[in-house]
Amino acid sequence: MVTFFRKLGALDRRWIFLFIAVSVIIPLIVQRPAPVPPSPIVRTLFDAVEALPTGSRVMLSLDYGPSTAPENDPMSMAVARHCLSRDLKLYLLTIWATGPPLITNLLEEVVEADFPEKIYGEDFVNLGYKVGNQGLIQSLTSDFKGQYTADAGWGDENPSRPTSQIPMMDPIRTVGDADLIIAIGSGKPGVKEWVQFAGDPTGVPVGGGVTAVEAPLLYPYYNAGQLEGLMGGLLGAAEYEALLTENYPQFSEQAQEALIRMFPQTVAHLVIVLFVIIGNISFFVLRRAERKR
Amino acid sequence: MKRTVPLFITGLVGALLIVSYYVPHPPFDSVERKIPDYFNIIAAFAFILGGGNLLRIHLTRISRRDHEWLYSVVTVTGFLVMLVLGLLKMTGAEGSAFGVQANLDLADARLLYDWLYRAIFVPCQATMFSLLAFFVASASYRAFRAKTPEATVLLLAAFVILVGRTPVGHLITAWMPEPFSDYFHIPNLSAWLMSFPNTAGQRTIQIGIALGIISNSLRLILGVERSHLGGSD
Amino acid sequence: MPRFLAGSACFSFLLMSPVIAQEGPGSSSPPPAPPGPVSAADRTWDAGGEIIVSWEPSPDADRAGVTHYDIQRSADGGAFESVGTAPAGATEFRDDSGVNENIEYSYQVAAVGPGGEGISSPSASVTTHIDWFNRDRGNILILMLIVCGSITWYIERARAGQKLYIRKIAGMDAVTEAVGRATEMGQPVLYIAGIQDMDDVQTVAGLTILGSISKMIAEYETHLLMPTSRSLVMSTARETVKESYLAAGRPDAYRDDSIYYVTDEQFGFVAHVDGLMSRKKPAACFYLGAFFAESLILAETGNSIGAIQVAGTAMPTQLPFFVAACDYTLIGEELFAASAYLSQDEKMLGSLKGQDFGKLIAMIFIVTGGVFSTLAAFTEAAPVAMVNRLLGLLWGSPQ
Repeated sequence: MVTFFRKLGALDRRWIFLFIAVSVIIPLIVQRPAPVPPSPIVRTLFDAVEALPTGSRVMLSLDYGPSTAPENDPMSMAVARHCLSRDLKLYLLTIWATGPPLITNLLEEVVEADFPEKIYGEDFVNLGYKVGNQGLIQSLTSDFKGQYTADAGWGDENPSRPTSQIPMMDPIRTVGDADLIIAIGSGKPGVKEWVQFAGDPTGVPVGGGVTAVEAPLLYPYYNAGQLEGLMGGLLGAAEYEALLTENYPQFSEQAQEALIRMFPQTVAHLVIVLFVIIGNISFFVLRRAERKR
Repeated sequence: MKRTVPLFITGLVGALLIVSYYVPHPPFDSVERKIPDYFNIIAAFAFILGGGNLLRIHLTRISRRDHEWLYSVVTVTGFLVMLVLGLLKMTGAEGSAFGVQANLDLADARLLYDWLYRAIFVPCQATMFSLLAFFVASASYRAFRAKTPEATVLLLAAFVILVGRTPVGHLITAWMPEPFSDYFHIPNLSAWLMSFPNTAGQRTIQIGIALGIISNSLRLILGVERSHLGGSD
Repeated sequence: MPRFLAGSACFSFLLMSPVIAQEGPGSSSPPPAPPGPVSAADRTWDAGGEIIVSWEPSPDADRAGVTHYDIQRSADGGAFESVGTAPAGATEFRDDSGVNENIEYSYQVAAVGPGGEGISSPSASVTTHIDWFNRDRGNILILMLIVCGSITWYIERARAGQKLYIRKIAGMDAVTEAVGRATEMGQPVLYIAGIQDMDDVQTVAGLTILGSISKMIAEYETHLLMPTSRSLVMSTARETVKESYLAAGRPDAYRDDSIYYVTDEQFGFVAHVDGLMSRKKPAACFYLGAFFAESLILAETGNSIGAIQVAGTAMPTQLPFFVAACDYTLIGEELFAASAYLSQDEKMLGSLKGQDFGKLIAMIFIVTGGVFSTLAAFTEAAPVAMVNRLLGLLWGSPQ
């Protein structure tokens, strides 16, 4: 018995890897969306977008790479769908070098698929990537078009052109002319930098979506009122999707990515909890055996 | 001289940046904006150095047929292919780079670059990131043992967060009546842990880090800290 | 009537001249009523490049007759030109587009609607001034002087010969053990200074610690492996390590190729390091700098090869992973204290005492603020309100 628990306590990590793999793969194949009640922190962000009048300017910055796309893409797509449904002006940009293909992907999967009537340059624009990290954000508070002299374009129908020729760029002189900034990120520079260098100096509300590991770092900003809501990890994305489909049922089929992925996340979490319990049982049994001896 | 000049430059630039934070009068107002640009320019030139170093090391391995030299072939090939395609992608409609006419059409270069990005780069990144799922499980199994009271508290908090971040947490305690559910409903408890103990801990660590940065930076500016210049004081 | 604005030498007058309304082409609805009196003032304590324009909303704003406001500026009596727009509900606009000192500006605001626009009367002229001090950041300056002053004072006291007590940092005490273990086993030491560039203070901290550790490595004649994620870090690390080997009297043992650049790409770098660890099996691994998601991958791989691992980072999100997987972890500020601790130089140890003084100030304010904020929820007593107001003034956000 003690030998069994000793072996259990020193379980080869490859068994753990195998269980985790199975617990993620099978639910992914089954593809069942999980019901997710929205939390107050995500609802705050949703309400912030809902409250914006038609024609308001929303900057959506996709500051992540392909590695976290499974977590961050549902966030950015849900937000983009929400904004375009409400006829808000959407300014897409990124401060990560890996961001441009993600913007292109969003344009194809959201704008082209669900909003074919939207006009490039009037309803949405792709400003692309600019180097500079937080220095870039800082300079946007004084001269936006000095940094973005031209847009990145989209496809052959919308080649890159000077921002002075893009109608929806006319009212944008600084980032302070935005009505809401939403940054979807997974590291640095990201949401925190947008809050520090754009939101706080200009007073423009900033909302965010980050990977689960980054979310604890941003709760102080939310509690202090510097962040207008936050989507934390896949759960946050699923909550936003749930709110979106509740209020805009026409997206109930498209806005399901995060909801579907909650099922494998749930199973994986429970497997981890199970292993931790097993490890602790083994620990207590062995400790008791040592004390008896 | 070899150490005095870097120490002097460090001290001067450090002091200048501190002053520029408080003085909006020109030329101080633009210092904060321009110095990061200068750094980016230096970093861009340094990249040439790094890229050259990468090529040198791997080409040397290939030429000597060192142990596992075939992987160096893969590295060099990947580096050069993406570099050339990236440059061609940025060129004008004529499909030339730096005056050299390329046979590859501009649209083809862009398509090929995008294909390589989606077919190779994205899956590789996703693979490495997905290792975390496995490593979190193995690290949790090893680390979350209730050896001490503090470890037990940590363990219980981990359970609440792990379960609370899934719909199961909502299902387990959905039956709870108010006012108990305000505190003990697992998603609410999870949100409370994130908003209060976690926030307090994060802020404390960040205060300590900020003070550490001030102390370290002041040591560098004053020239007290010289280890990064190597050797003894 | 004249209005005197604090901190500025300019005045704004509310003119009562007739306002202008313009109909849109072919419009059936009338243009919206113009906004109320417009005032313009120089923003205080800045570089003289911003003017704040304020107005009272158009009476038609409530009836959705106004889509937005168009802010127009005249320089030195010239024609009015649009400098920006504001949403229908706005009553203030910050003009920082090409505003220069010594030029007289005047503003008018047009309420724009479907039927055309209603233009207000112009404001009085205003000029901007460049200030020498940003008073909004005064509280930060005071705190900076206190904290930096205490650090400098303790450094001087240490220079004067006073012995200072510093608590043990387990991770740094283990460095000798770790390097010794690598030497005995004939395996290399792996050093990762984070994945950020030289503009990150954590990377600098990692390299300052490298200076001390590489000297020990040189003395022990152990092999160092240091892949880097940034070219500048590679260059700096090479200089640091070369000097350390020189100081240890082993310049012949230094190898440039032991410090090399891999890639800027986060996961490409960690894939290389993981492979390196699996093949070379370093006996000691040091992760000291800025890390992100790759921290757990590195730490778990190091754990799987049985290496002794010392980690240190100021990234709060990565600390739990290092604590769970590494033998020793330097938490936050300990990373910045490590080089001072390793050198045991009295001047550097003095700076740690000064840092602790700053922490004491923070603790006093946290406790005071917490106590008085809590009291304010239960009582409206004047002393409590006064202390809270004082703390609010002291800790107001800088602009």
